Amino acid sequence: MSSSPPLPAAAAPFRPPGAAAPRYRRGRRMRARLLAWSTPLAVFVAVAALGPALVPYDPVTVRLGERLKPPGAVLEHGAKAWLGTDQVGKDLLAQVLQGARISLFVSVTTVIAAGLIGLVTGVGAGYAGRTTDALLMRLADLQLAFPSILLAILIAAVLGPSIANVIITLSVTRWVTFARVARASTLVTKEREFVMAAHATGARVARLVGRHIVPFAVTPLIVVATVEMGLVILAEASLSFLGLGAPPDHPSWGLIIANGRNYLSSAWWISTMPGIALSLVVIAIGQFGDTLRDYLDPRTVSE
Amino acid sequence: MSGYLAGRLAYSIFVLWGAITIVFVTVRVVPGDPAQLMVGAQGTRQDVEALRHRFGLDRPLPVQYGGYLAEAVRLNFGQSLRLEQPAVDAVIQRIPATALLALGAMTLAVAISLPLGIIAAMARSSILDRAVSAVSLVGQSVPNFWLGIMFILIFARTLRWLPSAGIGGAEHLILPAVSLALLVIGVLTRLVRSGLVDIIHEDYVRTAYAKGLSVRPVIVRHALPNALIPVVTVAGLQLGHLLAGAVVVETVFAWPGVGRLLVDAISNRDYPVVQVAVLFITAGFILVNLLVDLSYAYLDPRIRYR
Repeated sequence: MSSSPPLPAAAAPFRPPGAAAPRYRRGRRMRARLLAWSTPLAVFVAVAALGPALVPYDPVTVRLGERLKPPGAVLEHGAKAWLGTDQVGKDLLAQVLQGARISLFVSVTTVIAAGLIGLVTGVGAGYAGRTTDALLMRLADLQLAFPSILLAILIAAVLGPSIANVIITLSVTRWVTFARVARASTLVTKEREFVMAAHATGARVARLVGRHIVPFAVTPLIVVATVEMGLVILAEASLSFLGLGAPPDHPSWGLIIANGRNYLSSAWWISTMPGIALSLVVIAIGQFGDTLRDYLDPRTVSE
Repeated sequence: MSGYLAGRLAYSIFVLWGAITIVFVTVRVVPGDPAQLMVGAQGTRQDVEALRHRFGLDRPLPVQYGGYLAEAVRLNFGQSLRLEQPAVDAVIQRIPATALLALGAMTLAVAISLPLGIIAAMARSSILDRAVSAVSLVGQSVPNFWLGIMFILIFARTLRWLPSAGIGGAEHLILPAVSLALLVIGVLTRLVRSGLVDIIHEDYVRTAYAKGLSVRPVIVRHALPNALIPVVTVAGLQLGHLLAGAVVVETVFAWPGVGRLLVDAISNRDYPVVQVAVLFITAGFILVNLLVDLSYAYLDPRIRYR
C-alpha cells in the first residue's frame, strides 16, 4: 500500500484542465485594473481640488517682462515656471491647474444634471408606457438625429459664453443616453414580482417608483455617467476652443489651447501642455468606464 | 422595397422637420433677445426695435413659427446680415470644401482601419492586437482640434513639410483630413476586428479552408464581405459625425467650409447664416444615414425589406 502524495501547501480545489478560472480570480484582476485606472483619475480630482491652492492662479496680473518663457524658466521673483509662461507672462502651470478645476466642475455638474433629466424622463417613459413613452422616445430619437456637438454649438452661440451656460448646453445635449438606459431598465424591472407584490400591497406610485424601480436603474446609469464624463470634458474643451464655452478670464483647457495658436512658432508649450492634460484625463476616464462596465456586468469574461 | 423606401424617406423628412423646429426653438425661445444679441451692447433701443420688426420678432411665436416653416420649405432663410447675399447661398458655396474634407477623412479612415482591424483580428490577444487597440483608444480620446494644432506645430512650423492653413492642392488636405480621420479610425478598427473575430469561426469559413484555400483568399473573399456590413453602417453614421467634427477642424486649419462659416457667423452674430449652416450640416447627416440604410439591402442579400 503506497502512501498518498503530500498535499500541496494551499489545497486548490480540483479544476478540470481548460475549465474557466473561478469567478473570484476574474473579479480580482478586474478590481486591479479598476484601481490602476482610477489612480490617474484620483490625481486629476486632487489636482483640481488642491492645485490652485498650491500654485495660485492670478487672472489679473500681467507681467510683460516674463512673457513666452519656456518650461522650467526661472522668473524675476525667483519662482520657477514649470510649464513656462503665456503671451502675457502668466504661469502656465497655474492656468492648467485652474483649468482642471473648471473641467472637473463642468463635467461633474453636467453629468449629474443630464443624469437626473435622463433618469426622470427614462423612468417616466418606461413606467407610464403608451403615449408618454412614445412621445419622449421620439423626442430622444429626434435629438440623436442631430449631431450633439452641433446642437451644443447652436445653443451655446445663443446663450453666450459662461460656465453656467456650458453646463446648461451640455446637459440639454447629453440627457438622451441616460434616458434610454433608464427606460430600458425600468421596462425590465416593472414586470418583476417584487414590484407586483408592492403594487398588490397597496404601495403608491411614488413609493413604487422611488423604492423599487429607481434603485435598479441607477447602477447602469453609473456606467453611462463615466463614459459621458469623458465626452463632456471633450465637448467643453471644444466649445471653449471655439470661444463658446468658458469666458476669457477662465483658463479652460480649450481656451488656453486656442490662445496658444498664435504663438506656435515662438511658444509651443502654451497649446501643447493643456492638450496633454486633457488627453490623459479623457483616456483614463474612458478606460475606467470600460473596466467598470465589465466589472459590473457578470456576463463579460475578460480575455 | 418601395414601401420601405417611402417609410424611410418619410422618417427622414420628419427628422428634418424636427431639426428645423429645434433650431427655431433655440434661436427664438431661449432666454435672451436675438435682436438684442444681433445689435450688440452698443445698439440703441430703436435699433433693437427696428431689427425686431424686420425679422418679425414682434409677432406672436406661433405666427413666427408658421412663417418660418413656410419659408424654410422654399429654402428662404433671409439675407445674411454681413455677407450681402442670401444666407442659403453663402452656405451652399461652402459645401464642396466641407464635403471634400469629410470624404477625404473618411477614405483615409477606412484605408487605415481595414488593415489594422484585420491584423488585430488575425493575431488576437497578441502584442500586435494590444498595440492596435491602444492606438484606437488614443485616437478616440485625444481632442481633434488639439491634435490638429500639434500637426501644424510639427509638420508645418517645425519640419515645414505641409501647409498649415487654407485650401489648395492635395498637400492642403492632408493635415486636416488626418486630424478628422482619427476620430473615426478607432471606432472602425474595433468594429472590423470584432466582426472578423466572430466570422472566423463560422462554418463557411472552415469550409473554405477545408477546400484548400490559403489564408488570404479566405479572409478577403469569404470572411471580410460579411464582416464589413456593420462597418458600412457605422462608417455612414460616423461620416455624419465627421461633418459635425469638421466645424472644429475647419477652424483650426482655416479651411473654407461650412463649419468655419458657422463659427464666423456666430462671432458676427449673423443668425440667418448660423441657422442655415446648422440645418445643412444636419441635413447632410440625415441624408447619409438614409443612404446607409438603403445600401443595406444591396450589400446583404439576406435582408429583404417589405
